[in-house]
Amino acid sequence: MIGAGGIAISVEHLTKRFGALVVVDDLSFHVRAGEIVGFLGPNGAGKTTTLAMLLGLLLPTSGRVQVLGLPMPAERQRILARVNFTSPFVSLPGNLTVNENLTVFARLYGIPRARGRIAELLDRFGLAELRGRSTGRLSSGEGTRLGLVKALLNDPEVLFLDEPTASLDPDGAERVRERLREIRAERGTTVFYTSHNMQEVERLSDRILFLHKGRLLAEGPPGDVLRRFARETLEEMFLDIARGGPAAS
Amino acid sequence: MRREDLGREWRAAEAAWAGLSAGRIFALLLRQLYLYRRSLIRSLEIVYWPVMELLVWGFLSVYVGRLRGGGALAIAFLLGGMILWDVFYRAQQAISVSFLEDIWTRNLVNIFVSPISAGEFVAAMLVLGVMKVIVTGLLLSVLALLLYTFNLFQYGLPLIPFILNLLLAAWAIGVITTAMILRYGQGAETLAWAIPFLFQPLSAVFYPVTVLPAFLRPAAWALPTTHAFEGMRAVLSGSAVPWNLAGWALAENVVLLALSAVVFARVMYIARDRGLLLRLEG
Repeated sequence: MIGAGGIAISVEHLTKRFGALVVVDDLSFHVRAGEIVGFLGPNGAGKTTTLAMLLGLLLPTSGRVQVLGLPMPAERQRILARVNFTSPFVSLPGNLTVNENLTVFARLYGIPRARGRIAELLDRFGLAELRGRSTGRLSSGEGTRLGLVKALLNDPEVLFLDEPTASLDPDGAERVRERLREIRAERGTTVFYTSHNMQEVERLSDRILFLHKGRLLAEGPPGDVLRRFARETLEEMFLDIARGGPAAS
Repeated sequence: MRREDLGREWRAAEAAWAGLSAGRIFALLLRQLYLYRRSLIRSLEIVYWPVMELLVWGFLSVYVGRLRGGGALAIAFLLGGMILWDVFYRAQQAISVSFLEDIWTRNLVNIFVSPISAGEFVAAMLVLGVMKVIVTGLLLSVLALLLYTFNLFQYGLPLIPFILNLLLAAWAIGVITTAMILRYGQGAETLAWAIPFLFQPLSAVFYPVTVLPAFLRPAAWALPTTHAFEGMRAVLSGSAVPWNLAGWALAENVVLLALSAVVFARVMYIARDRGLLLRLEG
């Protein structure tokens, strides 16, 4: 079940304050089902805080979040059963093998025929040979790909990714982008991700949301946003905003 | 929507999902079982420390038994106290240390973005505590029989109500300790080891409550552990099962468990309001 009008994620007037500090300020946006949306902004823009509210890890101060047509946090468990998340900044227990970690998460998500699903995804991400290896002995790139395998175990309708290619070399990063495009094409998965790799965002995203000081500064297909801000690349635009240039105002 | 409304909504959601999923609880238990299988250090933890304690307390008991006024009963009291204390301590540790492990391995966010409820998370830790206690309790009892001819099994069923009460107390203390770590961060992790020992002097583990100064006795009797250890001594000395002590311990445990549930629910709410789950992994 997707929300009304094929909306996978709906955020309305979302605000998060920590004391006097306003981290997310009256943020509103929608993500359509099947879209790949890049969520951008300089450090401290409020991306992680917003992501945490979308995942039910953090309560908003005010505003409304709906994922797959269900309100977060009221329907937190129903939503979380149908979405998934990974980040290179969280990890799986290092002293369990790749297969053991995935088996645990397959059970947490109640996945039928988990063994076959795990084998299929490990193969897809080039990790089939490593299934018996301790997770702690994986390279950072392998760990990132394992995180993606974990995030795809439950065939999520919405995939939340935090810097999905942060620790990958250019070849590995391109392979991950290919897999994400494939999965979207095959399953209609909505992908909502943060990244500091502006070239990647231009190549992968249908649409971008550019956050600055907790507010939405720009929204739309990358080409449209660049035209509006009269910039050649997203990197130029990012640097301008991060350094308080004209695009930031 | 105002913050108060969201808070209410959150609590309603938690209540609506109070039904626990055995599958998800088993998944978290499976993770712990894998850890024990994979880690020699972890496996030794449920064997090494209890056995070392048993050796020290066992020899001390033998020595005390040989002193004038000592005897078999002194050995039974000391060894029985040590074994039952370990039941309490290991069960409490199973809860708070398994939570710390998720922090240390930066796995907490992975767990809390899965469809697991706080209740299922806690239930898995409680069951793990029971499993650990069974292994450690049996091991220590067999070793005490072999090394010191102290047969805890001969007391059998009469000891069960007191062991169960210690388990309930350990659950409550473990949940409160976990809540404190969640609230105050990794800087508070030492509480996982320290808090049980806060209870030890007043719980009359190795001596009767009458040994304590009079002004401390009311505080001692307010603890379910004190009733359990007094009950153990009564059983070991051959008296009939002191059901009044078991009943008091149970009543106090009900209060303590209710308190632990309230504290944990409140801290989970604070954690989600202030982003503590994210900061723990930072």
